Amino acid sequence: MNVAEKKARVIEPDSLIGKRIPKMDAPEKASGRTRYIHDINLSGQLHGKILRSSRIHALIKSIDVSAARALPGVHVVITAADIPDQRPIGVAKDHFPLKVGRVRSQRDEIAAVAAESEEIAEAALKLIKVEYEDLPVISDPEQAIMPGAALIHPEPHGADGSHLHLKQGMSIAHKGKPDNIAMRFDYVHGDVVQGEAESDVVVEDTFKLHYVTHCCMGVSGMIAEFDASGNLLMYSNTQVPFLHKREFADYLNMDPARIRIIQPPIGGGFGSKLDIYPFEVICLYLARAAKRPVKMLFTREEEFLASPTRQPVLLTLRSGCKKDGTLTFRQVHTLHDNGAYTSWGATTPFVMMQTFSSLYRVPHCDYHTAAVYTNNPYAGSFRGYGNLQATFAIEQHMDMLAEKIGMDPLEFRLKNAQDAGETTGQGMSFKSCGFKDCITTAARRSDYSRKARENAANRGKPGNIKRGIGMASMLHVGGGAKIYPSDGCGTILKMDDFANVTLITGASEIGQGSETVLSQLVCEELGLPISAITVVNNDTAITPWDVGVHASRTTFIAGNSAIGAAKKAKSKILAVAAKKYDVAEDELDLRGGFVIQAASGEVVVELSKLLRNLHFQDKAELVMTTFYYEPPSVHQDKGFKGDVSAAYAWGTQVVEVEVDTDTGQVRMTKVTGAHDVGRVLNRLGIEGQIEGGVVMGQGYALTEDLLIQNGVMKNPNFRDYKLVTAPEIPEMDIAFIESMDGEGPQGAKGVGEAPSICIAAATANAIANATGVRMYELPFTPEKVYRALRGQTPKLYWKPWKAD
Amino acid sequence: MSLKHDIEFTLNGVKRHVSVDVTMNALAMLRDVIGLTGTKYGCGEGECGACTIQVDGVSLNSCLMFAVDCDGRNVTTIEGLANDSKADALRESFVEHGAVQCGFCTPGMIMQADHLLHKHPHADEACVKRGIEGNLCRCTGYKKIVDAIVAVDGA
Ligand code: FES
Ligand code: FES
Repeated sequence: MNVAEKKARVIEPDSLIGKRIPKMDAPEKASGRTRYIHDINLSGQLHGKILRSSRIHALIKSIDVSAARALPGVHVVITAADIPDQRPIGVAKDHFPLKVGRVRSQRDEIAAVAAESEEIAEAALKLIKVEYEDLPVISDPEQAIMPGAALIHPEPHGADGSHLHLKQGMSIAHKGKPDNIAMRFDYVHGDVVQGEAESDVVVEDTFKLHYVTHCCMGVSGMIAEFDASGNLLMYSNTQVPFLHKREFADYLNMDPARIRIIQPPIGGGFGSKLDIYPFEVICLYLARAAKRPVKMLFTREEEFLASPTRQPVLLTLRSGCKKDGTLTFRQVHTLHDNGAYTSWGATTPFVMMQTFSSLYRVPHCDYHTAAVYTNNPYAGSFRGYGNLQATFAIEQHMDMLAEKIGMDPLEFRLKNAQDAGETTGQGMSFKSCGFKDCITTAARRSDYSRKARENAANRGKPGNIKRGIGMASMLHVGGGAKIYPSDGCGTILKMDDFANVTLITGASEIGQGSETVLSQLVCEELGLPISAITVVNNDTAITPWDVGVHASRTTFIAGNSAIGAAKKAKSKILAVAAKKYDVAEDELDLRGGFVIQAASGEVVVELSKLLRNLHFQDKAELVMTTFYYEPPSVHQDKGFKGDVSAAYAWGTQVVEVEVDTDTGQVRMTKVTGAHDVGRVLNRLGIEGQIEGGVVMGQGYALTEDLLIQNGVMKNPNFRDYKLVTAPEIPEMDIAFIESMDGEGPQGAKGVGEAPSICIAAATANAIANATGVRMYELPFTPEKVYRALRGQTPKLYWKPWKAD
Repeated sequence: MSLKHDIEFTLNGVKRHVSVDVTMNALAMLRDVIGLTGTKYGCGEGECGACTIQVDGVSLNSCLMFAVDCDGRNVTTIEGLANDSKADALRESFVEHGAVQCGFCTPGMIMQADHLLHKHPHADEACVKRGIEGNLCRCTGYKKIVDAIVAVDGA
């Protein structure tokens, strides 16, 4: 072919990166067509329901299910006695799905029913008779940790009071514990005694963080079905399908290869679906016993009672600095209310200690946590994973120290902020770091310094409305977190004869938009429009392994994996084109659905034509590739040191408030954020993540409060548990700092958790700026603020718990 | 077992005849009896708006309405907005503005917004915020939902 004769078509360069790309699943969702777990029904399906404890802490004396079993329409009724092979579940393996002998919290599962309808199942639950013998309730962690406190998981004794002989290595659920300490964490770098000696000023305060819960709009649910050969099919909203396959197999004593998990679209996750919960295992028991599919859905009340919470924390922080503004040390003791059982909430210290040790340069840091058992609801993982609690304390102390030494709080922060290239005392090494940029950008855009000055000057003036402005910053893993043996993700990519791509990824979509971002990354690599891609991401029988959606890891890890597969496909295609058209491979590129001359943009061949040729004429190749990405991070050592993430995300948020000193009402008027996200991939998606996170943080700071009294949840409904509504949201001004991470996909880092982390801390600083009064306890309800303004709040003091 | 009642009403433009339990709410009838699952259960107590439908042109929480009270009325669900150009514009605006994340609140939001725009074709930001006050969203922080609704010309 004489190319010169034909006027060559030229494809102009274009990029999908940084554009506002609508979510691919949005049209279906906006039409009400998306089928969530609630909307799926299998023929022959039964409905499962769980009987929960009517006591907080009690021995179960007897359970009588005979009347329930006799009710027409009831297929199966089970209690612990019916499942002799139950295995303990949870992070510490400290409870059974159906409780054995004792209940330890309001949510505890005693029996379960599978029936023809939900109504019949509920009627059957009412017929189950349980006799209890009450035990003392421990709902205060400070009380639970005292020597001699009643034990939540006592070691079992024989009838004569003697110790039972238990096998080595048995779980807590079997052998109990001699105290109420569920987990302990002790971290040290440097020497705080020396740090304190070098300090010119020292502050110490106790902070108290409360219970909140995820409130996913779609309640929890699942469907389980065993086929004729005993293979299990689950429709589940888990965020970690591949890990859970293994665990479920263990609970059922079956081969994990025979378990298939399909994940329907999920009505919100935020960390709530990271652990295995009793209802899931119970649903499997019911389906196994009934030999029919069983569907189990929570009511909203049940969702409040029996899904995890954020972990309440009592925290005493001692910090110091020199007169020139150099931070000298931090000493932290925290007491975590673990609730009755151990889920991921107990492990939030992993993240908390990172913030204490490494958000700012701290030469000496000492961190101790005890997570203690109580008869309260048990805490799980929740967006931010302990970082909200840590940041709340640290960033208030940053303001307080600055004030003590008479330094501008902005300057004080910049003086101690980390830079790229640094490795912290905890071994985290910051390859890309836009922290200082975040601070200065957020300050400039909000006019922080001027407003802070004016507000402070205005405190004593007349008028009940006082304005305040406050700042807080955060550090969070942004390139995965090496917690499990692997932190990787697999991709399978195939191209059809029309140059359409199917991306098969292990990474789940939980509403955050990963499907769309991964599509962008692949299409960018292959020079295709976003309409040319189909994503398969919800079936363990098809998709390759992934460790799960958590730790803000999906864009980074699954993104790198998807790019890896796309690069392989691209080089395959270019090699073929190079040979066929006798051009050097490196002079070719893919763009707009064509193979082009890289330098000029001139079309060499239409991609779909090349692929068809390859397939039908050459009979050589279907373009299919696989890739597995494992980030270059390391596991922490026993002292919690090590570079646990491939990249770290930074952010600064400035909150503005109006405090009504007559009523204690705090109105959040504006949030200015600057986030180091590496690079913006999908502007629309990332804005949505940030805005949603900010408002979640607003709820944590001002309105949400899950009230637990003596182990009883007082407000398990949206009337009394106040989520932020549309009229209350602040004005939001969000800026992105693009530090272009060298390892990140197209330079991007994770951002999912970042935006909710700083809000409560910045709000506390804003209230102090407005009124001169410090708030140490969340949430800032009108009542709390009113009292604090009138000096009616006793100073919180929790005597640090000592490690031995 | 329980008492059944026969009702007749117009659902999304089509006449329906259904036999429902007298204690059943309209949400359960739509989802479980009729099989239209676009209307969502979020709380069952009138606090979240996920179950919003329109009855005789007025938006309400279907979880608080008895199914038998649909008798003789004109009921529209998210599925019924399918052939309405104004609703198309609203849906497209939600997609384009990034107002959908997990999407669970979306059908209720759109039903509410559609009603709002009928009442106030040129609703401004404050009016939209008040108008969707009863619809909870845990993902978006509402901003993009408000933007999406304000951008639609309801006239
Ligand atoms: S389900 Fe009707 S208002 Fe929540
Ligand atoms: S998009 Fe998830 S609740 Fe609104």
